[in-house]
Amino acid sequence: MRLDEFIENTGEWLKGTGESANIVMSSRIRLARNLAGTPFPNKASKKELNQILTTVHNAIEQIGYFKNSSLFKISELDNVDKQFLIERHLISHDHATNPDGKAVLISREEVLSLMINEEDHLRIQVMQSGLNLDQTWEIINNIDDALSEFLNFSYSMHWGYLTACPTNTGTAMRGSVMLHLPALVMTKQINKVMAAISKLNFASRGFYGEGTQASGNIYQISNQLSLGHSEQDVLQNIKGLIRQVIEQEEQARQALMLQNKPMLEDKIFRSVGLLRNARIISSQETVDLLSMVRLGTDLGILKNITRKTVNELFITIQPAHLQKIGGKKLNAAERDARRAALIRKKLGGS
Amino acid sequence: MKCDLCNKKATVHLTEIVDDQMSEMHLCEECAREKSVQMEQQFGLSDLLAGLTDFGKQTKTADKVDLKCPTCGITYDDFRKFGRLGCGDCYTAFRTHLSTLLKKIHGSNHHFGKTPKRMPKAAKKKVENLQDLKGKLLEAIQEEDFEKAAVLRDKIREIEANKDNET
Repeated sequence: MRLDEFIENTGEWLKGTGESANIVMSSRIRLARNLAGTPFPNKASKKELNQILTTVHNAIEQIGYFKNSSLFKISELDNVDKQFLIERHLISHDHATNPDGKAVLISREEVLSLMINEEDHLRIQVMQSGLNLDQTWEIINNIDDALSEFLNFSYSMHWGYLTACPTNTGTAMRGSVMLHLPALVMTKQINKVMAAISKLNFASRGFYGEGTQASGNIYQISNQLSLGHSEQDVLQNIKGLIRQVIEQEEQARQALMLQNKPMLEDKIFRSVGLLRNARIISSQETVDLLSMVRLGTDLGILKNITRKTVNELFITIQPAHLQKIGGKKLNAAERDARRAALIRKKLGGS
Repeated sequence: MKCDLCNKKATVHLTEIVDDQMSEMHLCEECAREKSVQMEQQFGLSDLLAGLTDFGKQTKTADKVDLKCPTCGITYDDFRKFGRLGCGDCYTAFRTHLSTLLKKIHGSNHHFGKTPKRMPKAAKKKVENLQDLKGKLLEAIQEEDFEKAAVLRDKIREIEANKDNET
């Protein structure tokens, strides 16, 4: 599959179904793995990086699960392509720099992405829609097992999987859940909730990745600890925590509906109105308005817009996507116009 | 009280307790602000980590660790600076220091969880056995069956003592 073909669809994880999909956008698990007897990418020479890539590539070709996946070498991609993959949550910002020996394997539905030679030799990621850490774990666990039949992973009986950064040592697993929490933001409870989460050793960050502010009222919550607890225990903990956050958000939504329905409806309908009619719009404004539209859809206030459409727009209104869809480089002003046109088309505007 | 960094009057006092060890830091407003700006700017895990490994340096006399990984050649100071290890063997070369650090980060320095499929069968069995015993130990403690817990603890110690020679 060519990279350009991915533009015709969006990742399966955006379909907006599964447990608590009104609040949970997606579940994601990533595992870090390194090959024994080979320096970690930060210390490996160009030759060694290429050797690692070849070894991993050979293993991938022997595993049936990857039959419908495509491998892209980062060195063969231009800047828009790389940005496109970042925007789709398929590679990290770091993976787009220093392209030597770096590659990414992506499954057709974008359930799986496997970064080669990022911070660790392998970074395996599996994403699913809704709160679905169990199935996500099942998939990634099978993939990891399959890979470890062909690859000799760096592992210590004492410390588990060895990684370049000791914050990942052990299970080398990070489970994260992406949540849409507009009511907690509107009722000004979000800081309290996030403070409690960080006290429990979980990290929270924005939709657009590490170091980003939460925009569109979307938050990613993930475990920070990887040593001393089994994968299943960690995932159970995340699930327990997420269910509590979901309940808080549900309560806040109900409170808003009860106490302030006209204000809420006004905010939601104005947001749709703007999105359906704007001719020029920035990403920041779009994301804030989309959050209100998603809330309107989830509360049944808006009937003709699906959750999937809104989820997909969060991804496709980003700069590299607009340029890929447009088939050419666009400056900021051109992008703002294209963005507005895309949104009108998707939301049935005039 | 004077600022630890510049001798002006300290108005910000930080206390951290790790494993019952209390360390304090006293800063003037200016240095505290500078420190917090630094922290905000570099709020990446590696920096947080570098901070963790260096913690205590301000209060104790700085002890330079003179360790080098024989396989990839990075020194413990390189690791402190960049927050990244160079290869799997670094874990053996910096074993003692990393053990303390991992405990600080994760609150534990023993792996619980998966083992790779491709691992010598005997070793795999040993790890699984160990994890099983640790699970039983936790259960025994929760049930307040301390006699059983003591037996399990000794068994675990015995296996781990052998394990230490194998990494």
